[in-house]
Amino acid sequence: MQSTSRDFKDNARAALANQTLQKAMKHVKTGFIDKRAKARDRLPEFDDLRDASRDIKDHTLANLDFYLERYEEKVIASGGQVHWAPTAEDARKTVLDICRRVDARVVTKGKSMISEEIALNQAMEEAGLDVVETDLGEYIIQLRKEPPSHIIAPAVHLTKEQVEADFRHHHRELPPERPLSEPLQLVAEARQMLRRRFLEADVGITGANFLVAETGTSIIVTNEGNGDLTQTLPRVHIVVASLEKVVPNLEDVSTILRVLARSATGQEFSSYTTFSTGPRRPDDPDGPEEYHVILLDNGRSNMLGGQFQDMLRCIRCGACMNHCPVYHAVGGHAYGWVYPGPMGAVLTPNLIGVDEAGHLPNASTFCGRCEAVCPMRIPLPKMMRHWREREFERHLSPTAVRAGLAVWAFFARRPKLYHVAMGLQARLLGYFGRASGRFDALPFARGWTKHRDFPAPEGRTFQQLWAEKQSGKAPR
Amino acid sequence: MPEGRPRVGLFVTCLVDMMRPSVGFAAVKLLESAGCSVEVPQAQTCCGQPAYNSGDRADTRALAEQTIKAFQGFDYVVAPSGSCAAMIKEHYPTLFDTDPEWKDRAEDLAGRTWELVSFLTDLRGMTAVDSRFAGKVTYHDSCSGLRELGIQAQPRQLLQTIPGVELTEMVERDVCCGFGGTFCVKYADISNKIVTAKTDHILASGADTLLAGDLGCLMNMAGKLQRRGAAIEVRHVAEVLADMTDQPAIGQPARRRA
Ligand code: SF4
Repeated sequence: MQSTSRDFKDNARAALANQTLQKAMKHVKTGFIDKRAKARDRLPEFDDLRDASRDIKDHTLANLDFYLERYEEKVIASGGQVHWAPTAEDARKTVLDICRRVDARVVTKGKSMISEEIALNQAMEEAGLDVVETDLGEYIIQLRKEPPSHIIAPAVHLTKEQVEADFRHHHRELPPERPLSEPLQLVAEARQMLRRRFLEADVGITGANFLVAETGTSIIVTNEGNGDLTQTLPRVHIVVASLEKVVPNLEDVSTILRVLARSATGQEFSSYTTFSTGPRRPDDPDGPEEYHVILLDNGRSNMLGGQFQDMLRCIRCGACMNHCPVYHAVGGHAYGWVYPGPMGAVLTPNLIGVDEAGHLPNASTFCGRCEAVCPMRIPLPKMMRHWREREFERHLSPTAVRAGLAVWAFFARRPKLYHVAMGLQARLLGYFGRASGRFDALPFARGWTKHRDFPAPEGRTFQQLWAEKQSGKAPR
Repeated sequence: MPEGRPRVGLFVTCLVDMMRPSVGFAAVKLLESAGCSVEVPQAQTCCGQPAYNSGDRADTRALAEQTIKAFQGFDYVVAPSGSCAAMIKEHYPTLFDTDPEWKDRAEDLAGRTWELVSFLTDLRGMTAVDSRFAGKVTYHDSCSGLRELGIQAQPRQLLQTIPGVELTEMVERDVCCGFGGTFCVKYADISNKIVTAKTDHILASGADTLLAGDLGCLMNMAGKLQRRGAAIEVRHVAEVLADMTDQPAIGQPARRRA
């Protein structure tokens, strides 16, 4: 996917002016947050499970090569194949090669962010394949030719009226007078359209929430059941997953599963948690003839052992964006690439470069709500700050910001001079602001006064008044 | 706890120093009424957050060293701001990971540093204040104080001991106001969206006074309320707790309105 992260400010401005988007985003602000809070409150050991989950991933990342090799052995032992893909290009090529070899025409897909990251749909469509997204949200945005705006709710930026209009436009074969204003009617219609496609598919592609080293199993966590149909009905099942999805054993999976759905949707457990191990065995009632796992690196191994390793603990629950005031304000598309919100602000510069995605870690108030809810206890603000430090070191920060900072720091590092300067400034602003108590425009603070008044200072600094008081004079 | 009257160094914070010294005097009054002797080192300026959050490690470190030196020898260091206190307490030690000597000094300061209201309640055991303030008050939880220092119940406990105060909570009281230091000017439009939502909630609470413990957030919310023509008065919580509300509210003209 072509990034527009450089244009974050313009994207954000357009998003803020988009009334339909703003209406849709209201649901994010309340729905997810209340449900998560309730789910957490019902589980007294929730925070202990977060610690345990963090420790599991830390241990795995410290021994990643070991667990990946074990995982590969187990996949092979169960009759599957593992394809290592250092880059997005390698991953796309591997998928296309498999599709070509098995003479595929129709490919169904379960929801997968890795597929978005490697822009798989576009590559497959260009190769002449008929690609069908089967997750409802993904199905909708595929019709609209849009990227997802949220990692677990890809169409959360849309209102149901927009979806109704899209369905009427694309499902021309259905009677035009059918009722379609209720969410349940929309779901039923998508089901109806997709059913046939599941049966036609030659290849099914899913992501993975976990790869289990002990058993060679890939696991998907879903709510619609489309993932199961995607991976069991076609002749070939391809899993696309990134390296850090591996965990040592099933015990670890059950620990992390207990925080995953609660953090994501507030469910205790998602409707489906599906385990796949290898292709169909002779006495299995169903399953694919071939089972492939594509293990994507795409920059992740560079994060190991560095300032951003903790980010590899992420289980893609979406809680950080659900609780982010900036995400609420602008929605996911403004971030300009695959991963939005706080996790995207940390991950995206790692994957596409900070030159491209430099705005993202800066567009945060550091309110800390993301870290407070992250089930894997990822210190997201701290890592955004690391990006700011790298930008500052490389002189990527805007010149005006650097210049302002330099002047301020010059004074702040010289207390005597600073107190004189602040005294003058307080007096000047206090004098001019006295009558109204505030300024509605200030030439050096336009960013502030564009949207709000600037309060006038009281006129003397605390240090001046305190010094006078200490020398026996009245404070004012 | 040290014997007798503990010596407290007041970390004024750069915003209180320049914008609203009365908050500093309110802090002094509260600290003295909690049995402390208060001093104000001249060698302090700013805790360094503007540099720290802009990625400027060198200036951050220089300011941290300056602050560490300025507050040597005090039993406690108290700031009328959750975010500046958290900067010193939580972040200073991380600046010196490769310098054990300074790291020790930073950790020593971190261990002595407190945000004002939590210092009064949690360390000094203050359970009530003597204030004649009267009004319908709503309280905004500033992010750093809330999430880094756990300040939420303490200011409300003390406010509720003022007979004239009626506390009315806004929805999303623990959600960011959109200030974020330089964020509010760098991403002015996004900040505006966030502070608009915040001020909607403040207005809907029916309060006549908005309080919080951080001047940056207060200036942001006051500026937006006033731009929207709202009559709500905005003050630092210390002013109300110390019963020092004679000066006009934030952003109000010098003469008291009728
Ligand atoms: S960073 Fe944390 S909260 Fe955000 S998606 Fe990843 S695991 Fe979930």
